[in-house]
Amino acid sequence: MADTVLIRGATVVDQSGSRRADVRVGADGTIVEVGADLDPTGAEVVDASGAVVAPGLVDVHVHLRQPGKEEAETVETGARCAALGGYTAIVAMPNTTPAIDCAAVVREVLELGRTAPCDVHTSGAVTVGRGGEQLAPMAEMAALGVRLFTDDGAGVQDAGLMRRAMQYASDLGVTLAQHCEVDELAAGGHMHEGEWSSRLGIPGQPAEAEELMVARDLMLARMTGARVHFQHLSTAGSVELVRAARASGVQVTAEATTHHFTLTHAECASYSPLFKVAPPLRTDADVAAVRAGLADGSINAIATDHAPHTQEDKERPFEQAPPGMLGLETALALALTELDMPLEQLLAATSWFRPPSPASVTSMAARLHPVSPPTCACSTPPRRGWSTPPTPQVAVAIRPTPGARFGAGCATRCWPASSW
Amino acid sequence: MTGLLSAADLDPDMLAEMFRLSESFLEVSSRRIPKVPALRGRTVVSLFYEDSTRTRLSFETAAKRLSADVMTFSVGTSSVNKGESVRDTIETIEAMGIDAIVVRHGCAGVPAQVAQWTDAAVVNAGDGAHEHPTQALLDCFTLQQRFGSLDGLRIAIVGDIRHSRVARSDVAMMSALGASVTLVAPATLMPPSLEGWPVATSSSLDDVAGDVDVVYLLRMQTERMGQHLMPSMREYTARFGLTARRAARMNPDAVILHPGPMNRGVEISGEVAELPNALVVDQVRNGVAVRMAVLWWLLGSGTELVPSVDSAVPTADVEDDRG
Amino acid sequence: MAERNRGLDDVVLVGLQTGGVPMAYRMAEALQRIDGADVPVGTLDVAFYRDDIGLRPVLPEAASDMPFDLAGLVVVLVDDVLFTGRTIRAALDALADHGRARSVQLAVMVDRGHRELPIRPDYVGKNLPTRRDEVVNVTDEGVDLGEMVK
Repeated sequence: MADTVLIRGATVVDQSGSRRADVRVGADGTIVEVGADLDPTGAEVVDASGAVVAPGLVDVHVHLRQPGKEEAETVETGARCAALGGYTAIVAMPNTTPAIDCAAVVREVLELGRTAPCDVHTSGAVTVGRGGEQLAPMAEMAALGVRLFTDDGAGVQDAGLMRRAMQYASDLGVTLAQHCEVDELAAGGHMHEGEWSSRLGIPGQPAEAEELMVARDLMLARMTGARVHFQHLSTAGSVELVRAARASGVQVTAEATTHHFTLTHAECASYSPLFKVAPPLRTDADVAAVRAGLADGSINAIATDHAPHTQEDKERPFEQAPPGMLGLETALALALTELDMPLEQLLAATSWFRPPSPASVTSMAARLHPVSPPTCACSTPPRRGWSTPPTPQVAVAIRPTPGARFGAGCATRCWPASSW
Repeated sequence: MTGLLSAADLDPDMLAEMFRLSESFLEVSSRRIPKVPALRGRTVVSLFYEDSTRTRLSFETAAKRLSADVMTFSVGTSSVNKGESVRDTIETIEAMGIDAIVVRHGCAGVPAQVAQWTDAAVVNAGDGAHEHPTQALLDCFTLQQRFGSLDGLRIAIVGDIRHSRVARSDVAMMSALGASVTLVAPATLMPPSLEGWPVATSSSLDDVAGDVDVVYLLRMQTERMGQHLMPSMREYTARFGLTARRAARMNPDAVILHPGPMNRGVEISGEVAELPNALVVDQVRNGVAVRMAVLWWLLGSGTELVPSVDSAVPTADVEDDRG
Repeated sequence: MAERNRGLDDVVLVGLQTGGVPMAYRMAEALQRIDGADVPVGTLDVAFYRDDIGLRPVLPEAASDMPFDLAGLVVVLVDDVLFTGRTIRAALDALADHGRARSVQLAVMVDRGHRELPIRPDYVGKNLPTRRDEVVNVTDEGVDLGEMVK
């Protein structure tokens, strides 16, 4: 019985570029050797001709709902979704109950992730209880390996507190990430404010609710010299602000979600809360700007903001339902089919990232994992060959994803490294 | 038509038929015994998550005058207070055997959600700031009675358009029937975007009042003051209230509508409400008739059914029986 | 009609929508001409009283118009063709909702038989034996009997 697996004939895409090579996977599931014509002796050989082998995907923005809301998702089920989608590392957001705002909760999540089918990292809250009033013990969490701090689910409203948080964080070598949403403009809004919210009678929140905080935090980053990461940018104005700030030397990185480059506020016409997300789905122009931002590198990373809820919660009235959509299982397929980007750049945005790099943001060494078995070859041609979603092997009841609009044929079957 | 969720569910031909039916039901309502056996054995549920005694009574009166059984699901005393989901409520009452659900909810889109969970006909009795199609029906029916047609009619809708389901349904229905609608409100009370709305706008009632056939006043709610949408009720009345002075400048044939309940002294002065061209009472009376028409259309007219389901009787035979 | 009711003082004609309505007006004219009597005419739509609601499309033809109080009156229902009797059954119910007439009588231009209910006309223009699947059409010009178009 072979202890190792030799993947032959694939195109390997990683930081060093794209080439034909063989990949040897060790008994522990990690890559041990990449090179031409590797010796097959003693290995189980997989013919991967026509397939792409790339490092496992990294998602810096997922909600695992544990502790506190285990009927929606757990670390285990979320990690399984991630593995099914080709992810080998995910970063949990801190808006759990209790919030991940101290060493005890960090330890709990990391412990739960130890047996999960992919690497589970966690972010920490910037403020105690994500309450926006008092700094959380970032150093204590950083000592456990937390490299990303955010109050995700809400933005830090107090500019003075955000300034101090940035200063404090830069001492620790960690990164502050912001969910940009100014409460005064966003409060009471359940979708993007504009043509559709007006027609549907759903209170909206304007693009400026996001842009105002992006602009503020860029100024604070310039002022403090800290590095800031913007989560799920959704408006054309935000993308432009980031582009200009980076050009002027501010240390800023940004992510976009799959739903913000695939869906618009028109989806809300169904009144289905599956399309309620925060920040909300925006206009065609915003979707185009997010795509352009990804294409020119203004936005560094593709994240999913995988945010499961129970079926009951997603059947409430639109204005009462919680925001959030799934993404882990469909993100790669959506990126490949919807974005007009070179494969290398696209995989960079979903895994190892080009500098300045959110992967280094979370200090995760990009480990090379095979993500693409022959059945989901994304090379020939990329718009074909996606299989319909397998029966969900996860415990979560409802699976709203941005793929919903595209129907069958859009979901990936990227096998996790552990299945090799 | 399997339900009435939005004014756009009714095209002009269906509206004409609905108005013709409403005439029949007005006649029924004027009788000594204002009741017909048309919907005997049918059950209509009124499910009001938001208090609206007027609309609920209007629907229930309509159902009763058609001899339907009426189940009132009063949220204040029900399991909804104990946290039951809308879907569970719907599935519970559907299991009792029902034919129509009249839904009022404070959130937009709930009737559309309900329609996915039941085979019963769903009638939207007002959902958040979205739509209130039977209000638009009774408004347009009232105007058709008065003017013969809405074609070419100039209508000003005044007030809190942003939060008004009545305005959204009325704009759609009135313009579909050929009227030209002007929305009159300060920018704070206008919808954030009017893209795709077949309307003109104005921020001055004084500019508009003399040039229209209909002034439609929306109810102004006190809570808007706390949302920085108007400085005060007093300032609202000064700019947008239909005072006697403004009413005097209207065309002699022009009429005043209001969906009720009126805030006398705010959007309409007490004396204007009593003018003969204020048709508020006609609206209420017509409300019962149009809701009878809607329930009959959905549950009794059989227009969705094949001409005869009784194969023992040839179709034309039954038709001939009309003679 | 005048004979049977000993004059026409308390008699009103009620035409059933739609075929019976012109007939009721023509009868009123005739009574005026022959008897000099001024017999009021009402109209009645029975759609909402039919027993086949839900079995086939039923829509009212026009609103009813009953410009008199029925109490104490003799109502003569007027229709063009009497067939199964179900329309008349519905009309009797509808009439009762307008008030309590002293008596109700039935006048039809054509009785074509095939009754399904115990209903008998008081005044008949013409008895016309038919098959069930034939169609009878009464117009100003006269009575047509035709094959039903299948």
